[in-house]
Amino acid sequence: MAALSPTIAPPESVTSRGGRDNRPPVPGGGDGDPGDHRRDDFASRLRRSRLAFVVAVVPISMLFVSFTSAYIVRQGLPTLDRSGNLLVHDWFPVPLPTALFLINTGVLLASSVTLERARRQFARRVALQPLHSIPGISMGTSRDFPWLALTIVLGFAFLAGQGLAWRRLAAEGFFVASGPSSSFVYLLTGTHAVHLFCGIVALLVVASAVLWRRSLESPCILVDITAWYWHFMALLWIYILALLEFAG
Amino acid sequence: MVAQEFHGEHGAPQGFIRKYVFSLDHKVIGIQYYFLALVAVFVGMFLSLLMRIHLIWPAASLPLLGEIKPETYLSLLTMHGTIMVFFVLTTAPQSGFGNYFLPIQIGAPDMAFPVLNMLSFWTTFVAFVVMVSAFLVTGGAPLHGWTGYAPLSALQSAGPGEGLGADLWIISIAIFCVASLMGALNFITTTLDMRARGMTLMRMPLTCWAWFITAILGLLAFGVLLSAGILLLMDRNFGTSFFVPLGTINGQLTGHRGGSPLLWQHLFWFFGHPEVYIAILPGMGVASQILSTFSRKPIFGYRAMVYAMLSIGLLGFMVWGHHMFMSGMSPYSAFAFSVMTMAIGVPSAIKTFNWLGTLWHGRIRFSAPMLFAIGFVSLFVSGGLSGPFLAQPVLDIQLHDTWFVPGHFHLIMGVAAIFGIFGATYYWFPKMFGRMMSETIAKWHFWFSFIGTYAIFMPMHYLGMAGHPRRYSQLTEVAYLAPLMPVQKFITYAAFVTIAGQFIFVWNLFSSMRSGKKAVDNPWEATTLEWTVATPPPHDNFGGHTPVVHNGPYEYGVPGAARDYVMQTDPALVAAH
Amino acid sequence: MGLGLLCVIWLITLLSSYFFIAKKWWLPVGASASAAAIDHQFAVTYVIVGVVFVVAQMALGFLVWKYRADGSTGRAGYSHGSTKLEILWTTLTIILFVGLNLIGSPIWAAERFRPAVDGATRVEVTGMQFAWYFRYPGPDGKFGATRPELEDPSAGGEGALGLDPKDPSSKDDVVTGVMEVPVDREVELILRAHDVIHSFFVPALRFKQDAVPGLAIHMHFTPIQIGTYEIACAELCGLGHYKMHGVVKVVSQNEFDQWLAAREADKQ
Repeated sequence: MAALSPTIAPPESVTSRGGRDNRPPVPGGGDGDPGDHRRDDFASRLRRSRLAFVVAVVPISMLFVSFTSAYIVRQGLPTLDRSGNLLVHDWFPVPLPTALFLINTGVLLASSVTLERARRQFARRVALQPLHSIPGISMGTSRDFPWLALTIVLGFAFLAGQGLAWRRLAAEGFFVASGPSSSFVYLLTGTHAVHLFCGIVALLVVASAVLWRRSLESPCILVDITAWYWHFMALLWIYILALLEFAG
Repeated sequence: MVAQEFHGEHGAPQGFIRKYVFSLDHKVIGIQYYFLALVAVFVGMFLSLLMRIHLIWPAASLPLLGEIKPETYLSLLTMHGTIMVFFVLTTAPQSGFGNYFLPIQIGAPDMAFPVLNMLSFWTTFVAFVVMVSAFLVTGGAPLHGWTGYAPLSALQSAGPGEGLGADLWIISIAIFCVASLMGALNFITTTLDMRARGMTLMRMPLTCWAWFITAILGLLAFGVLLSAGILLLMDRNFGTSFFVPLGTINGQLTGHRGGSPLLWQHLFWFFGHPEVYIAILPGMGVASQILSTFSRKPIFGYRAMVYAMLSIGLLGFMVWGHHMFMSGMSPYSAFAFSVMTMAIGVPSAIKTFNWLGTLWHGRIRFSAPMLFAIGFVSLFVSGGLSGPFLAQPVLDIQLHDTWFVPGHFHLIMGVAAIFGIFGATYYWFPKMFGRMMSETIAKWHFWFSFIGTYAIFMPMHYLGMAGHPRRYSQLTEVAYLAPLMPVQKFITYAAFVTIAGQFIFVWNLFSSMRSGKKAVDNPWEATTLEWTVATPPPHDNFGGHTPVVHNGPYEYGVPGAARDYVMQTDPALVAAH
Repeated sequence: MGLGLLCVIWLITLLSSYFFIAKKWWLPVGASASAAAIDHQFAVTYVIVGVVFVVAQMALGFLVWKYRADGSTGRAGYSHGSTKLEILWTTLTIILFVGLNLIGSPIWAAERFRPAVDGATRVEVTGMQFAWYFRYPGPDGKFGATRPELEDPSAGGEGALGLDPKDPSSKDDVVTGVMEVPVDREVELILRAHDVIHSFFVPALRFKQDAVPGLAIHMHFTPIQIGTYEIACAELCGLGHYKMHGVVKVVSQNEFDQWLAAREADKQ
């Protein structure tokens, strides 16, 4: 039905019909008025979910903007020293396990690529799904590359890598309360990790929906917005790393 | 609820659990939120009753509760503020009525994400349970005020209740943030994506605009509150020092160093100021809706009303420092914030002029919703006009942290916004429950509430002028407070009477639900879409068809029209505007 | 009902206005140099806000009475508003509100944009749960060091402040529980707090400033009237917030010098 271009939009005729005419409404309609179906077809649901994703980016960003402003303020803040008479700065940078962070960054970016592949794979499968019910059409039995599963593995690998980075920091003697910059390292990376984990959970939900062989439309929408969310998480991670490395 | 054939995602649910507990229907969810807020408001009112009693009889011993100690008074105060702001004012007007009526008023069969909607209610419910549980743990509920200033809120040894109670308070608020953000997502997506044909943004009722803008404010503000809560939890439990500097408490080193108490204030008030606009904007929308309906006139200056609400939303993010004039913040910043604060008084004034303009040359019908809408305007004027005092730092030197401040914000939030909830209840009750509420009881409720709340909150301004600090559990220690005791007594007696008056509202609500006179589909002869559907509305709101909108939301008294009101779905008016 | 609303609204308006005008419970006498300007700004604000308050409430009451539906079959006047009116009242409101703020700004600037003058009486004010302590620098003019580890509230005085006996400047510091200052001379305050935020509020002196842990906030005021004025803590600081009060005694320069000299002699 809907053409699968990168932006999926409902056919023009549905949205513009009757927008400006002054015909009175047909009472008790529902007899083929396309406006009813407009709400719940795949294209509309996808569009609505993508809109919701864009909206959701705002509060997540605000959370990290707030942490960033606390970071900057705390860094520049003078505070009274032990004698009570002098204002001093007590910020000292933390030696970051940069190599490990860079490897993790690579893992995360790779998972973004694999998830993007998975997203397109799902979209293709949803588009082709109607053909399966036509007798005599064979779509072949070659199995698709498990991009989704690979993403989940890479996602867990990233989290494991972050855990390793924390271990490295602790081994150097920097814990959550060791100092202001140390606190922020754990805070920022930890909050990001929690958000990424939520993305992994969403992907696991998709995987189980596919395994139980329900309709592909809902998992496709979930994969779509999780993929955008995941890319956002990748960008966010790069931002956090840059903040810690260069402004720490 | 009539089982309805519908080709949507979910047909009408069967079974008690699916219909009333984990319902996906925005109407049921709206009612669930409303009743949560109803329970919360009575809890909050009870707490304030105990506070008022303790203030004038500090040594009194109450049945079951015994004597109220100073720290208990502060816990009552903290929980009263927190429960009222979050679980009443951020819940009933937006999540309650907004959930029920936003989809219907824009011509949609439900919210964009019904499952998310259901989850956001139950998450809010969990947050409320966690909040109330703070009373029950060792040490009791926290005593640091709803504003939770650090280091008082960050040090477990700063006072009774600052142990587990304070942690639960923070966790509850964090859960509430998540629930609110889920709701905001739904409201914004629904408003942008699911309006019926012909329902342009500028034909939306002002209630929809209010819910939409409120959701945007929540979207931007609650993330910051969540971040502040996380930092505070870390300071309290993991030894970090975001907010706590080097210092001692009761002679013991706190173990922290380098943190900034002012950082908490900045983060909290960056959320906190938009929060008060979240609390009042839906009430403004409802007031506009009701004033227009019952004056039989279009709202005066619809566009101006929309721009005013947008300005209030935008400016609301630029004024948070006016809570911090005395905090040790730079006096130059204070000046900047104060100019912005005076500026935000302008759109509020514009709205007031437009409400008066709506009444002018109207044909006013004094049904219960209208009484509360008129009361809203009066209370909003009174509460709003004490703003220019607090907005000037040089006057705030005298008034900050005195009773002048609770006088100001209670008149707006604690009364005007509540009148918005009452007005909405009386207005939409017939549509929600298919019955009329008793007009006679409603009128008594109005007079009790209108006169009673003025009697409670107007005298607080005098206390503030005399220098009576707020959050004092009793007046016995500071000599210059003694002459102010008669005023405190008057306020307490007024509170007794006013609170008693609220019970007749509850009586009216429940008895009308059971045995009120059956309501017709459009008892108020109103124009917006909810009055075109059956009473109560069917599961998918419009009985299978999508409405087509031809008119604006407030076409009352149109010259030449057959009736004195033209509904939004009626044939287009000849004079298109 | 329209008449009832008008009467009640007008009555509430007049009654509340009466109490503002009668000043039955009001600002205490202003004993500092800034009081005159601040009180004047209060008066200006009350007049402007008061007029708006009365006019708006009276208009509301009048409109709901005059335009009540009274059985006549006529319709309401159909109008969607007036852009001209919107522009007019928006402009007037901006001028009024912003103007009011700008009138008061020079007073704020005079109070807060400059540091204390040289030769001001210097007093350090420290708040802690739940008492105020005051410290004078003594003949050497320097405040001695304090150390958090030495703070002991139960010891009172120097012990409560955690004065470091090893610092030579701290030997002559005078610590009291009552603040005494000479009249007609600027006082420089250095505000500190040990544990949580407190606020030093003296209504009679039109002075308030939060005392924040981790900060030493410099403020100033000039007392112009001899007398004893109460201090009330004005930031929630715990269960004893309501009883964290103190006293400022404004005395003649002579009396102050004698009092301080006697205290300093005690320290030898």
